[in-house]
Amino acid sequence: MARITASVYTSHVPAIGVAMDTGHTADPYWQPLFAGYEFSRQWMEAQRPDVVFLVYNDHANAFSLDVIPTFAIGMADSYEPADEGWGPRPVPMVPGHGELAAHIAQSVIQQDFDLTLINRMTVDHGLTVPLSLMFGARDPIEGRWPCPVIPFAVNVVQYPVPSGRRCFQLGQAIRRAVESFDEPLNVQIWGTGGMSHQLQGPRAGLINRAWDNAWMDRLIEDPQGLADMPHVEYVREAGSEGIELVMWLIARGAMGDAAGGPPPRVAHRFYHVPASNTAVGHLILEETAR
Amino acid sequence: MPLDKPYRNIPGTTIFDAEQSRKGYWLNQFCMSLMKADNRARFKADERAYLDEWPMTDAQKAAVLARDLNECIRLGGNIYFLAKIGATDGRTYQQMAAGMTGMTEAAYREMMLAGGRSPEGHGRPDKADAPAPGDVPGTQGDTR
Repeated sequence: MARITASVYTSHVPAIGVAMDTGHTADPYWQPLFAGYEFSRQWMEAQRPDVVFLVYNDHANAFSLDVIPTFAIGMADSYEPADEGWGPRPVPMVPGHGELAAHIAQSVIQQDFDLTLINRMTVDHGLTVPLSLMFGARDPIEGRWPCPVIPFAVNVVQYPVPSGRRCFQLGQAIRRAVESFDEPLNVQIWGTGGMSHQLQGPRAGLINRAWDNAWMDRLIEDPQGLADMPHVEYVREAGSEGIELVMWLIARGAMGDAAGGPPPRVAHRFYHVPASNTAVGHLILEETAR
Repeated sequence: MPLDKPYRNIPGTTIFDAEQSRKGYWLNQFCMSLMKADNRARFKADERAYLDEWPMTDAQKAAVLARDLNECIRLGGNIYFLAKIGATDGRTYQQMAAGMTGMTEAAYREMMLAGGRSPEGHGRPDKADAPAPGDVPGTQGDTR
C-alpha cells in the first residue's frame, strides 16, 4: 500500500521564485534564505518520493471570484505554471498523478470532506516556489520535476477560510486515503504558505518572530491543541496573510501520531526574516514507524 | 442574527470577507483581466476607456486611476487581485505594500531587513498597552 513517509512545511513567497529565476540566490539579501534549504535538497535526494501531495493556495490566478472552492484537488496529468501578471515563471510543467488523486478524492469525500475536483487549472507561485526550494532550479524546457505532484488548493484568500480544526481533520482523512491505495508508493505531504506577513493596508510589513516560532513549536509537539487556535489570533498576531498557516495543519494531521502512532522526528527546522514582506518558516518531519 | 466578525477591530487591516468580496466583485474581476498581455496593453493605452467597459462604481474606477490601493481595498478590492494592477505598472509586492503604509520604498525595505513591523501596538487592540483601533497611520490618495 501507499504510505506517507514525511511532511514538509515551507513558506511560498513569490519573490523567492523571482530570485531563483533571475540568478540572485547568492546576493547578500537572499543567501541566508537559500542556505536554510541546502540540507533540504540533500535530504530530498535521499528520500526520492514517488508523489508529493502539495497543499497550497492559489492567489487569484487559477481561481477568480467567479468560483471560490474551499478545498480543491487537482486530478489532471499535468499543470502549466500561471501567468500571474508578470509572465509565467520559467519552470517546467508540473506532472500530476491523476490515479492517486482520484483515489484520494473518492476516499476523502466519503469521509465527509466535500472536495471540489479540478481537471484543468494553472498553478501559481504557491505551488511552484516550494518545488523550486526543495528540488532546486530546473530548466523550463530541458528540465523536469523529479516526481508527480497532486495540487491541493485551499481557499485562504476570502474569509471565512477553513478552521485549523477542519484542516487538521482533513489531513487525517488524507492519510487514511493514501494508506488505502494499493500501489506501494512513497508519498510526502507538504503544507505551504505563511509565516507571519501582511500585504495590505497601513499595517503591511507586520512580522512576529516570537509568535511564529512558538507556533512551530506547537505544530511539532501539540498539533491537536494548535488546531483549536481561532482565525482572529492568526490575523492579529501573524497578519492578514499569516492565516495561510492553517494549511500546515493539513500536512501535520496526515502524520502518523495523529492516527495513534509515534511522534515524528524533526529532520530540519529553519526560520528567516525577511523574504520581501514575509517571514519564512520551514520544517521537515519524518515518520519514525516504518 | 449578527455574524461573528471578531477581526473588525484590528487596526490598519481590512479582512476580505464575503461582504467585501460582493462589493468588490467587478473591481477584482477587472484586475483579473490584466493577466492577459493584450488587456494590459489596452488598459495602458486608455485606462479610463478600459475601466468604462466594467460595471464598477465610479469610486472604484477613481481609486484605480489614482492608484490608491488602500481605497481600492475599502471598496472591496483584495490585494492578490489588486497586485495585477501593480504587475501592469511594473511594480513588486514590496513596492505596493510600502505604498500602502505611507512609507518610502527604501524605508519600508529597511524596516523589513530590521525584522519587520513589530506587532506591539499594531494590532492588539484588546490588550492593555495597545492603542485604540485605527491608530495605525493611514494614507491619502496615490499609494505608489
